[in-house]
Amino acid sequence: MLKQTPFHDRTSQLCEGESWQDWSGYLSANSYELDHSHEYYAVRTGCGMFDISPLYKYHVRGRDALALLNRMSTRDVSKCRVGQIVYTAWCDDEGHIVDDGTIARLGDDSFRLTTAMSLLYWLEDVGFGLEVDIHDVSEEQGALAIQGPTSREVVQQLTSANLDDLKYFRIIEDKVAGVPVRIGRNGYTGDLGYELFMDARDALPLWDALMEKSDAYKLRPAGHVALDMVRIEAGLVLIDAEFMSSTHAMYPIQRSTPYDLGLDWVVNLKKDSFIGQRALREEKARGSAWTTVGIQVDVVALEALYGRFGMPLILPYHSWIEAIPLYADANKQKQIGKATSGTWSPIMKRYVALARLKPEHAKVGSGLHIEMSIEGQRFTVPATVVETPFFDPPRKRS
Amino acid sequence: MSDCDVIIIGAGHNGLVAASYLAKAGRKVIVLEKNAQVGGAAVSEEFFLGFKASTCAGGAGYLSEKVVADLKLAEHGLAIEPSDALVFVPQPDGSNLTIWRDVDRTAKEIEKFSAADAKAYPRFVEAMRPMAKAVESLLRITPPDLPDVGWEDLTSARTMAGPVWKIGRKHISQFLKTLPMPVADLLDEWFESDVVMGAIASSAVRDITWGPRESGTAYTLLYNWALSNTGLFRSSGGMQGGMGAITGAIARAATGFGAEIRTDCPVSDILLEGGRAVGVRLASGESLKAPTLVSGADPRTTFTRLIHPSALDLTVVRHTRNIKYRGSAARVHLALANLPEITALAGGDTKALEGSVQIAPNMTYIQRAYDCTKYGEYAPHPYLDIEIPTLRDPGLAPAGRHVMSITAKYAPYALRSGSWEDHRENFGEVVLSALEVYIPKIRDAVLHREILLPVDLEERFGLPEGNGSHGDMTLDQFLHMRPLPGYAQYKSPVEGLYLCGAGAHPGGGVTGLPGHNAAREILRATG
Repeated sequence: MLKQTPFHDRTSQLCEGESWQDWSGYLSANSYELDHSHEYYAVRTGCGMFDISPLYKYHVRGRDALALLNRMSTRDVSKCRVGQIVYTAWCDDEGHIVDDGTIARLGDDSFRLTTAMSLLYWLEDVGFGLEVDIHDVSEEQGALAIQGPTSREVVQQLTSANLDDLKYFRIIEDKVAGVPVRIGRNGYTGDLGYELFMDARDALPLWDALMEKSDAYKLRPAGHVALDMVRIEAGLVLIDAEFMSSTHAMYPIQRSTPYDLGLDWVVNLKKDSFIGQRALREEKARGSAWTTVGIQVDVVALEALYGRFGMPLILPYHSWIEAIPLYADANKQKQIGKATSGTWSPIMKRYVALARLKPEHAKVGSGLHIEMSIEGQRFTVPATVVETPFFDPPRKRS
Repeated sequence: MSDCDVIIIGAGHNGLVAASYLAKAGRKVIVLEKNAQVGGAAVSEEFFLGFKASTCAGGAGYLSEKVVADLKLAEHGLAIEPSDALVFVPQPDGSNLTIWRDVDRTAKEIEKFSAADAKAYPRFVEAMRPMAKAVESLLRITPPDLPDVGWEDLTSARTMAGPVWKIGRKHISQFLKTLPMPVADLLDEWFESDVVMGAIASSAVRDITWGPRESGTAYTLLYNWALSNTGLFRSSGGMQGGMGAITGAIARAATGFGAEIRTDCPVSDILLEGGRAVGVRLASGESLKAPTLVSGADPRTTFTRLIHPSALDLTVVRHTRNIKYRGSAARVHLALANLPEITALAGGDTKALEGSVQIAPNMTYIQRAYDCTKYGEYAPHPYLDIEIPTLRDPGLAPAGRHVMSITAKYAPYALRSGSWEDHRENFGEVVLSALEVYIPKIRDAVLHREILLPVDLEERFGLPEGNGSHGDMTLDQFLHMRPLPGYAQYKSPVEGLYLCGAGAHPGGGVTGLPGHNAAREILRATG
């Protein structure tokens, strides 16, 4: 029996197609309308409101709170100032990624951690022998992500805090619609956006207050289908798409290091020891087997291929998450990696995908070939390594 | 610049045994002890004016014969005389069962309760002895490194198979069947009387959190049998001066071999350089360096207090965190104005009391006492294992007075509701009430009582959760799983650091074997 988020009374009214998925044991809407496209466009042209309550949320407090998170994280959390949020990964002893998430520093010795998978036992292991209090607030708190160009205006209507002063990846505590909320200036969409965390009991009044503004600011509840398209456009990796947690991997081949995922920038080998550091140092020295980059599929070539069947170009209507072979050559003689998730980007009119490639084939501009099938027949289509984020509007950091 | 070859942290009996072997082999050894006296948990202390007791560890007769002989401990004054009686078990109806060293004499006693059991008892002893012998050999080996078995481990696997093989092809399957059994099931196969089974089963659970109906307690019975000085499942007797006299003798042996023992010298942490242990920092601020460090402390203390856990792999931290300690025995010491009559002895010879006196008339009683602990409660009718050392050693108390040292079970480390501070005195009352059933005048004789709950043992002796074995002696925590999977060769995850305490194979009890085995591995590794 799946649990209901604190917003369920509202989301269940709106979810027309009753299309739900299991997100960490919660009912979570795939899309509210039968078709997801309004929700997708809302994120890029108005704003989308995602119920992200199923995220795991932990408060870590106490004298050794920083020590714990720094030992766990591949990034140097000591550089995170009070009121700042950092994105980080954490690994096992062999440097294989367990999960990624954000750490918000709420005070000198007080942090909030959000994760995709349940992490309590991991935190308790890392915190063993340390003076630290670990509190799982996943069920006590609701969370909404308000994401898109109008998100600042709509949230600003409901709070006296000056949101122009709230910089990218910063967090404040204030009232929104009269409800105490932690407002984070971040998100998972690559757009201007906010993440609002509140006491679960305050969830519905906040939802209602935001919905009252929906017409004026093109705000619209959005579900997973839209979210996955925009996160791919934003070039963000996803657990169980780009990687599997090493704690879930059954076989060595299923495990990844942050380097495999192109997350080099979140690995700080110079900081004090962290879990997996030794292995990651060794990997850095010998070079990684893989990296993760963005690729763009040549839709003109794809269109020609469809033409051979007397068909017009058919593009995926929403994102896909699947391991698809990538080759150095059109004849599939040499496989160089796999695409892990992809989408047609309606806003950019580009067919993009995240791909795990051998580093020597991963330079921006390198050509490659992706396997595709038309009516059950397999072909390769040319593609090119391109910069990520695919979609990166200036307002994201504004 | 090293101050010596080996630094040993803690002058408990295993630290001292390791120090003796290493010094004997010519190593320059310094032993650092935080307390003013040596002995660790095996100490004798005054707990009331003129009354001394073995405060924490009891059970003198388990010290390995090999250790005694190798270290010539007799020359340093070690003398543990087994008493004729092993255990005296009074019954509510005024009868009693005494287990004697003499098997036939015991069989006669058993006749009072069951003629069939009296016949079975000598056969039971005969059947168990070769198994106990096989276990004894296992206790002296270095466990194999599973699952990373290498060539060296094949040798130790052979060492492991050797003793087991020796018990004979016919008995191997019986042996393998017996180890993981509940002792209750094992005894059920031999006996019919709950009283007889209770007198034997108590030895299997005295030093473990389980009750007799829990798996693996047949192994703990054999463990005690393997090491006891009586050739039976339970040791008896003691040394003049109590447990502290035993560790005193080992300390003299260590010093005699050239080891230096510094008391009042607490270690604050182990110094690491490039992930390797290179020395210790003392609470005084002074540092001592040595290429080899040995911790007599338990694994949790070693890997969380002496070493910061952040210096260890998370896997090691997790395994350390998962070690089950779960102390469940309190120590209660009574200073007695006299020794009031035990109804069941009724003027009989107090020789019967020179082993242990067991307040737990039968096995069901022990299991019931244990059942409470599963739910975080202490037993309202506790099982008490009592030593009256003043019967053998009157010097432990003023003339004519007596000491009763009681291991009182079950008293779980953590209560489900309330704190031990609110229950401490009531627990004392529960113990006295249990005694009163068999010794009606006990309350009049008590001049003073000292109650050491598992929380107190943790505080005073540095035993996490008050577990005297540095980790419960369960089947999942023995041999290659002790103290941590992958580190059962006395080596620790930190290069240069070894473990020699009861947290390492073979485990708890004043046996000297972890210290003996650790010293052997250290000598092997450091040439």
